[in-house]
Amino acid sequence: MEFVGAGLRFNRQILVILPALRIFMFRFLINLGNYVILLGKVFSKPEKASVYYHQTMKEFVFLGLNSIGITAIISFFMGAAITLQTAYNTENPIYPAYLIGLGCRDSIILEFSSTIVALILAGKVGSNIASEIGTMRVTEQIDALEMMGVNSASYLILPKMIATLVFNPFLTLMSIIIGIVGGWFVSTRLGVITSEQFIYGIQYAFIPYYITYSLIKTVVFAFIITSISSYQGYFVKGGSLEVGQASTKAVVFSSVFILLFNVILTQLLLS
Amino acid sequence: MITVKNLYKSFNGREVLSDVSVTFEPGKTNLIIGRSGSGKTVLLKSIVGLLEPDGGEVWFNDILFNRLDFREKREIRKQIGMLFQGSALFDSMTVEQNVRFPLDMFTNMTLKEKKQRVSFCLDRVNIHNAEKLTPAELSGGMKKRVAIARAISLNPRYLLCDEPNSGLDPMTATLIDSLIKEITEEYCITTIVNTHDMNSVMEIGEKIVFISDGVKCWEGNKNEILKSDCRLLNEFVFANVLAKQLIENK
Repeated sequence: MEFVGAGLRFNRQILVILPALRIFMFRFLINLGNYVILLGKVFSKPEKASVYYHQTMKEFVFLGLNSIGITAIISFFMGAAITLQTAYNTENPIYPAYLIGLGCRDSIILEFSSTIVALILAGKVGSNIASEIGTMRVTEQIDALEMMGVNSASYLILPKMIATLVFNPFLTLMSIIIGIVGGWFVSTRLGVITSEQFIYGIQYAFIPYYITYSLIKTVVFAFIITSISSYQGYFVKGGSLEVGQASTKAVVFSSVFILLFNVILTQLLLS
Repeated sequence: MITVKNLYKSFNGREVLSDVSVTFEPGKTNLIIGRSGSGKTVLLKSIVGLLEPDGGEVWFNDILFNRLDFREKREIRKQIGMLFQGSALFDSMTVEQNVRFPLDMFTNMTLKEKKQRVSFCLDRVNIHNAEKLTPAELSGGMKKRVAIARAISLNPRYLLCDEPNSGLDPMTATLIDSLIKEITEEYCITTIVNTHDMNSVMEIGEKIVFISDGVKCWEGNKNEILKSDCRLLNEFVFANVLAKQLIENK
């Protein structure tokens, strides 16, 4: 009897879960379909190259150059923190001191400068894109573009995508350099390691492919941030409240997909 | 000429437009009137394809517009100027850049020619010395006029206006109405204006279509509107004090 009772309870739970799962899958497929259609529109032939060129230059400044400051500050302090943590975790006479520099270098190149910086940019750039495009949607500016015969998806999203895909690798390279400098500066000033040992460590067993791996991840993450945030903004319905919600969703979904693709790309590129 | 045949549109099972058929004539100011929520904006947006009708046909002259793919629609839309309820000026651009935008996008004019055209369009709507201002620095009436200037910058064959004088004082509203009428006659374009303002109706209504709850109830001109025996139309018209006075004066 107990077995039958448990079976019934299980069946009831399934009956409750299944419709919710079906709705979730249905919504996921609708969103995926709309996302693919949007990307199709984004990558269609631009109406006028010169207008798109000017727009792309603006986005380079807005999304790229304006992100240098925050990337530099975070990279410096994260580099310093990574180095100090590596030092305290390898406080053992068996480990040579230069391993602190090596650990700092590899952590920054492999994970921090691509993934963590991407997560930070998802917050800054992603919310910016979603709120900008979302506001244009609710104030009928996107309708106005469509009414003029302009491919609004391409005009609004393509320049942002080009700007981030081209500029973010530079941000990553800058972050690597500043992160390592931060590690060197703080660890040598605090007397954790000598400057010679740190510099020997960052040169020791260097694999240039790690930089390529980091840059590939950066490009993929830049695409995720721009496309997901644009999608959230482009399909906003309602008013300012919904624009705010879209902005939050843009950051959350971008971050989740960055972490997911971080695992996938690491397995594909480093295994 | 724009012809709408048996147009249907519903949202979540609620019918907003039901079997609407109407012809909008060129060189005339065609008005769609009705109470708020009667389906005027949905009709206008369905005509231009910003909303996909559930059924029916929309013809731009001899082209069946709502059966075209989005690339073909874009070509037709280049001939349409549209004035949105909230003006829909681009926030990130100045007045000059807003009006110049369609020219940048679709013409091969030189910068000098484009500036001349912008200047002409802004003069036409009585906007002076505001080229460098952003939309945030403009009053409601100025925004509407800049939006009209942008709408006419490419010499459109069709001009569609969604509540062009909503939120404006009566004098500015009259100014906008006159401007729309003048432009319509000057360039012999097909103009459709959505409004619930009886002043506009009596001022510029050459052809008037009355919509109530998504159904076309009446069609005529400003001289016929006061003699109509359509109960819903009379309720709408006589709710307005000015119209009452007109009737009394008659």
